[in-house]
Amino acid sequence: MAAEIQASEDERIRSETLATKLMKKPELGAIGGVILVTLFFMLTADSTMFTLSGIMNFMTPAAQLGILGIAAAMLMIGGEFDLSIGSMVAFAGMIFGALTVNLGLPLILAIPLTMAFAAAVGAVNGTIVLRTGLPSFIVTLAGLFILRGASLVGLKLFTGGSTQLRGVRDAVEGDWLARFFSGDALQGLFAWLASAGVIDTFSNGTPKVPGVPVEILWFIGFALIATYVLLRTPAGNWIFATGGDSGAAKNSGVPVRRVKISLFMLTACAAALVAVITVIDAGSTDARRGFMKEFEAIITAVIGGCLLTGGYGSAIGAFFGAIIFGMVTIGLTYTDFDQDWFQIFLGGMLLLAVVFNNVIRKRVTGER
Amino acid sequence: MTEHPLVEMIDIEKHFGGVRAVEHVSLDLWPGEVVGVLGHNGAGKSCLMRILSGAMIPNGGEIRVGGQPVQFTEPNDARAVGIETIYQTLALADHLDAPKNLFLGRELKTRFGNLDDARMLEEAREVLARLNPNFKNLRDPVSSLSGGQRQVIAIARAIYFDTKILIMDEPTAALGPSETAMVADLIRQLRAEGIGIFLVSHDMHDVFDLCDRVVVMNKGRIVGAHAIEEVSKDDVLSLIVKGELPADWSARNLEAAQ
Repeated sequence: MAAEIQASEDERIRSETLATKLMKKPELGAIGGVILVTLFFMLTADSTMFTLSGIMNFMTPAAQLGILGIAAAMLMIGGEFDLSIGSMVAFAGMIFGALTVNLGLPLILAIPLTMAFAAAVGAVNGTIVLRTGLPSFIVTLAGLFILRGASLVGLKLFTGGSTQLRGVRDAVEGDWLARFFSGDALQGLFAWLASAGVIDTFSNGTPKVPGVPVEILWFIGFALIATYVLLRTPAGNWIFATGGDSGAAKNSGVPVRRVKISLFMLTACAAALVAVITVIDAGSTDARRGFMKEFEAIITAVIGGCLLTGGYGSAIGAFFGAIIFGMVTIGLTYTDFDQDWFQIFLGGMLLLAVVFNNVIRKRVTGER
Repeated sequence: MTEHPLVEMIDIEKHFGGVRAVEHVSLDLWPGEVVGVLGHNGAGKSCLMRILSGAMIPNGGEIRVGGQPVQFTEPNDARAVGIETIYQTLALADHLDAPKNLFLGRELKTRFGNLDDARMLEEAREVLARLNPNFKNLRDPVSSLSGGQRQVIAIARAIYFDTKILIMDEPTAALGPSETAMVADLIRQLRAEGIGIFLVSHDMHDVFDLCDRVVVMNKGRIVGAHAIEEVSKDDVLSLIVKGELPADWSARNLEAAQ
C-alpha cells in the first residue's frame, strides 16, 4: 500500500483492569456459583457430602443433567432453544427400549439407531424453525408435547398397554457395549487406590466407591470436546457468529442453516445419550422420563453464562452450572433443610444468574 | 487480448410478486473505478447490489466477471470470484474479536484442523495496521469498538482475500467526520490499487468527492449514468427525485464542452 493513512487519534482505546477481563469470561459466574454453593454446604451439610462417595452422589445427577445442559448451551450460543429435549429423553428411551427388548437388537445397532431417530427429530425441529422463521421457543414447545405424547403412545404399543417398558437390563445383559453406558468405570484404578490406602474401604478391603459412574466420564468428555469445538475450531466460530447475528454470519459466508440444524441434532442426540444411560441403569423406561429436564438444562446453560440472546456463553460454564444443580439437588439431603426448599433454591439461583449475566452483558457489549 | 470490464451486469431483472424491483438493468465496472450507485430508498439499488454480491438470485439477465459468465447462488460464490461486500449493517459478529471477524467463514487452520489463532492474529495485526496504525485492541469483542474501528475491520475483511470488486453500502453513514475522512482515504487507496468499487450512498458530498461515475436508479431502472464531470449535484438530485435531468442540462453541458 502506497498511501499513508492519516489516522485520527480519536480511536477510543480503553485499557482494562484484570477484573474487567475476568468479568468478560462467560463461565466466571458459574465458577463463582460452585464456590458459593460449596461453601454453603460445607457450613450447613453433613461432612460426608464431600467424601468421595458423597461427591459421586451429587456428580451423578449433575452428569445426567450436564450432558443435556452443555448441548443446550451450545444451541443457545447458536441463538436457539430446544424445549423438547426433556421429552426427547422419554422418546429416545422408548425407541431404545423397543429396539433392545421388542426387537432384541444388540447395543451396537440399538444405540446408533436410537441416536439416528433422535437426530432426525432434531433435524426436523431445526428445519421447521429455519423454514418458518418462527421462534424456536414455540416450535420446540410443540415438540415438547408431541414427543411426550408419542412416548406414551409408543410405550403402550410396544408393551401392549403399559406405560412402562421393562426388561431392558435382561436384554442388554452380557452385551460388550453395555459397560460403556452403565455401571462404574475405572474399577481397577479404584481397587488399586483402595489397596494403596488412598481412598476409604470397607472392612473387607473393597473400596467404598467401586469406580466412577460412566455418565460422569461422558459428562467430562463431552464438556472437554464441546469446549474444544467452541473455542478452537471454525465450527465454534460459526456457532458464536450465528447466534450473535445470523444475518451478519450469513453475509460472511457462514453456513447458518447447517450450523443451526446441526445444533438441534446435537441436543437431540445428547438427550438420546442420557436416555440410553439412564434406561440401561434403571432397566426400564417410562413416559415420565426426562420430565422438566428441558427447563433444568436451560437453567444450567444460563447459570453457565449463556445469554438468552445468543452469541455468548460457554460449555465449561454449563459444566459448572450442572454441578451446582447436582450439589443443590443432593446436598439438601445432607442438611437439616427440608427437601421442599429445592425448587426455591433453584429458582433463586436462576434469578441470580440472570441478573448477574445481565450486568455482564452490558459490560461486554458496552450496551451500544 | 481484449480488455474486459471487471464485471458486467447485463439486462438484470428481479421481481417480488408483482413488484419489479430491478428492470432491465445493465451496468459495468472497470479496474480502478469508483461508481456511485444512487437512488431513493426502494429505487432498486440495494437489490441490484445484493444480486451482484450473491445474496439474491435474479429472475433474468447475466453477470460476467472478467468476460466470463457466472452464476451466484450464495455470497460465497461471488466471493470466490473476488466480489466482496461491505454491508451498511457491517456484517460483523459482535461477540467475536477482530481476527475472528476478519477470517469468519474462511478461518485459517493448523494442519490438525483446529483454529490457527496465532497466525490469524498476526495476519490481522498486519492488515489492520496497514489501514489504521492506531488499531490496537485486537482481542476485544468488536461490539466494544468505535464505529470507525468496526468499519476498518469490515474493509480489512473485504480486501484481505484478493478482492477485485468491492461493493460498499453506505460506508460512512454511521461515522463521524474524522472517521469518514479516514474511510474516504481508504477508498482512494483501494482505487489506486486497481480495485473497482460500487459505492452505494446518499451522501452527495462523498459521491462527488470519490466517484468517477454516477449511476442513478429510479423505480427499478437506471435513469442516468454519467461521468462525474458531466453533472452537478443538482443534476443528480433531479435524476434521483424526478428520474430525469433538468431541461437545461444538455444545453449547459454543450456550453461547458465548448
